[in-house]
Amino acid sequence: MTDEKVIEIINTAMVEEFELDPEKMVPEALLYEDLELDSLDRVDTVILLEKAFKFKIREEEAIREIRTLGDIHRFVIEKLRSLKA
Amino acid sequence: MGVRRVVVTGYGAVSPLGRGVKAMMEGLFARKSGVRLVPALAGVKGLRTQVAALVQGVDPQEIPRKYRRAMSSHSVFAALAAQEALESAGVSREIRTGGRLGVCIGTTVSSPIATEECYRLYLKELGVEDIKGTLFFQIMNHSCASNLVQCLGITGRVLSPSAACSTGNQAIGYGYEQIAFGKQDLMLCGGSEEFHPLTAATFDILGAASVHFNDRPAQTPRPFDRDRDGMVCAEGCGLLLLESLESAQKREAPILAEIIGYATNADPLNLADPHEDSIEACMRLVLKEAGISEKEVDYINAHATGTLQGDTAEARAIAKVFGDAVPVSSLKGHLGHTLAASGALEAIATIEMLRRGKVIPTLNLEHVDPSCAGIKVPTAPEERLLTVALKNNFALGGVNSCTLFRRFVHDR
Repeated sequence: MTDEKVIEIINTAMVEEFELDPEKMVPEALLYEDLELDSLDRVDTVILLEKAFKFKIREEEAIREIRTLGDIHRFVIEKLRSLKA
Repeated sequence: MGVRRVVVTGYGAVSPLGRGVKAMMEGLFARKSGVRLVPALAGVKGLRTQVAALVQGVDPQEIPRKYRRAMSSHSVFAALAAQEALESAGVSREIRTGGRLGVCIGTTVSSPIATEECYRLYLKELGVEDIKGTLFFQIMNHSCASNLVQCLGITGRVLSPSAACSTGNQAIGYGYEQIAFGKQDLMLCGGSEEFHPLTAATFDILGAASVHFNDRPAQTPRPFDRDRDGMVCAEGCGLLLLESLESAQKREAPILAEIIGYATNADPLNLADPHEDSIEACMRLVLKEAGISEKEVDYINAHATGTLQGDTAEARAIAKVFGDAVPVSSLKGHLGHTLAASGALEAIATIEMLRRGKVIPTLNLEHVDPSCAGIKVPTAPEERLLTVALKNNFALGGVNSCTLFRRFVHDR
């Protein structure tokens, strides 16, 4: 899967789940401040990503550092690479 | 401790007859039934009743996602009814968020729809990995009450009583007591209910659901009628804004009625069948609480759901206390049994009857059952001066509740 495809899957899933404006889905968008998500949405984002990519990430330390949409993109791309390797 | 007078200054409704109090009242006066055939029920093995009175035309998307994500249908109904109640009472943002307004609303079993979803995910692979964090908030017992305070920014007391079909009536009563004893100045009170096949099944299993009118849904339930064969499940939400008389007068709010008494008691004789003696005791208790005689009651809005035993017990109890002098009607023929919401939705209609001086007769009551004789049950609309009305509700588990409303006269 290309990086572009991964990003598209993430953005589509989040737009649908959290009823976000697709135009706001830029990598630098801050999850809390710009996309107006909160801690409960953070929990559901993990479930959403696990379902979309069929991996388990809820125990990973790195997800606590996620602040922006771009952080999610990078995290998932790296996770998929590590699984492939 | 002083006891303060409590009035009703607003209300909101989502019912099988439509959204809003106006739509409900128009439907009630026009003798409309909200009961329909529900095709989905045909797929439930062993379920005999196929009818229900469901809410139509409500769009949850009206509520911002931030609040909606924790809401099942019952909370959506409540949020819309609350909006109507607060707007009609002219409640400002300052009052809403100032700590003197509380909430008292309950459901019978919270959200059966969300509970099913949760258990479906859990039992699929005996796992919890697919269960969203927001699902729990739809299931918890006080989900409806907590959703209301979250979406309305209310900071006062939160009560979430649950006593099946007495829930709405009790919520009004407990809210009334909060204000009477000075703990709050305003309380948003009522009940909410969402339909699920298992709710209908509960009554079907007990032999209390209507099963012989699936081919003519609008003819059931039939409170007090000789051909009644049980109750019909329904959904909706009713909310009344209760307020201290002092607060209402100070802000020149519309005063729709006064609550002059509330009583509730338990019936330990039988889990499912209410006994006429305990109903009689509850009605006598509320008269005593209000300090009025039975002769001062002008109208009784019965619980009467259309079950064989329940209607008979209530009719006998009413006959013992009031004889056949007071007009009695049930709104279950129009609305079905909205369970936790019934006490509140029917209280709103009762107050509207007081204000308009018009008694709405029981829909589908054609031939009064001999076992329900001895009370006055109008079969046509009656126009008369109404000052005091009694609202009855009785619940599975043996919980009776009665509230007395009085038409508000400004120079009293």
